[in-house]
Amino acid sequence: MSWSVDEMCQIAAQMEIKDGQFINLGIGMPTNITNFIPKGINVSFQSENGMLGMGPFPYEGEENADLINAGKQTITELSQSSYFDSAASFAMIRGSHIDLTILGALEVSTTGDLANWAVPGKMIKGMGGAMDLVANIKRVVVLMTHNSKDGSPKLVDKCTLPLTGVGVVDRVITDIGVFDVDHDVIKLIKKADSVSFNEIVQRSSAKIVDAR
Amino acid sequence: MTQFFNNAEEAIAGVLQDGMLLHAGGFGLCGIPENIITAIAKSGVKNLTVVSNNCGVDDFGLGILLKNGQIKKMISSYVGENKTFEKMYLDGTLELELNPQGTLAERIRAAGAGIPAFYTRTGVGTIVAEGKEIREFNGEKYIMEKALLADLAIIKGYRADKFGNVIYNKTARNFNPVMATAAKLTICEVEEIVETGELDPANIHTPAIYIHRLFKGKDYEKRIEKVTIRTREA
Repeated sequence: MSWSVDEMCQIAAQMEIKDGQFINLGIGMPTNITNFIPKGINVSFQSENGMLGMGPFPYEGEENADLINAGKQTITELSQSSYFDSAASFAMIRGSHIDLTILGALEVSTTGDLANWAVPGKMIKGMGGAMDLVANIKRVVVLMTHNSKDGSPKLVDKCTLPLTGVGVVDRVITDIGVFDVDHDVIKLIKKADSVSFNEIVQRSSAKIVDAR
Repeated sequence: MTQFFNNAEEAIAGVLQDGMLLHAGGFGLCGIPENIITAIAKSGVKNLTVVSNNCGVDDFGLGILLKNGQIKKMISSYVGENKTFEKMYLDGTLELELNPQGTLAERIRAAGAGIPAFYTRTGVGTIVAEGKEIREFNGEKYIMEKALLADLAIIKGYRADKFGNVIYNKTARNFNPVMATAAKLTICEVEEIVETGELDPANIHTPAIYIHRLFKGKDYEKRIEKVTIRTREA
């Protein structure tokens, strides 16, 4: 069995999240990571529409139209929360004050290039804040399935889709392994029990070495 | 000095011109100038270029102006929530310039702060960099991005005092304060106007110098795009 989304999020939380960090999570799968923060670890999540210290979803009837996250979902505030405008929010991001971002991807290349904003065969909807996040945050971790629905590799030698950033990805967590981008090679550092190293190589087009 | 008006129609009187460049505050449907958008829809002004992070939804927010065929071009970071948009874009009846969200915010901030251009790492090596000056600082590549000044900014505040100082509520702040600084004329609508002195001077978000016209809006719908809730543990 490959790892489930919950298992991937748990791995991401255990390997990446450290006490005291300021973190920006991408829309979609990475948001689940908040459910797996180890006990005793206190971190703040940034929402690029202008909030630091995002709280959980509100209880029914307590939604506030003036309080949403970057995915336009209703959220709540915490005692530690702060609000700011969009320019200040991205100054925080561009100025490399955020410790970590974890986001989804369509393709990651051997050299850490990332493509995650233009879906093939669909109208381009925009990059939102993704280009700002990956170009400027100290550590960029990708959470994605290892292959697309048609089975094609997403860990690739060279991205074919429009790029979000060049040489920006530090680590990739997929449903079958954890990989570090190290200059022009991808290092496997952890794998799901059900797959062999050879299978991982076959399911990727990037150059992968076993570094476990 | 901030001029006060009774409603959106009066506040926009004599201001709108075909082909204008507009900054429209808000993020998704959060913190959008609902009353001003309705008044612009009624005015029939055409060929607008609108700078806004998103373009509303099909029947609300800037989506109303889009459906009316009043918008010629959008400058945004993400326009995925609107089917009318997709159709018009594919038809070729609507132009779109996509900017990374932080670059968009900073282009607006720069315009308000008298900075004609700035350099950013965001978008290096992507289609965003095409046709732009690239410069190296400390061995790293940066793109030059230019300031984005509007003819008119339409923004939404939470409270204002009778002098024109404005505060925003929670994440409804978003692009509103930066846009207020970056237009030849700024029109602001708020939910409440209080006596001057009632707002804490140490906590004013937008000082009155940036607010040229102001009125108290009415009938706020404040639609929520995605209601997400958690269940109470038994």
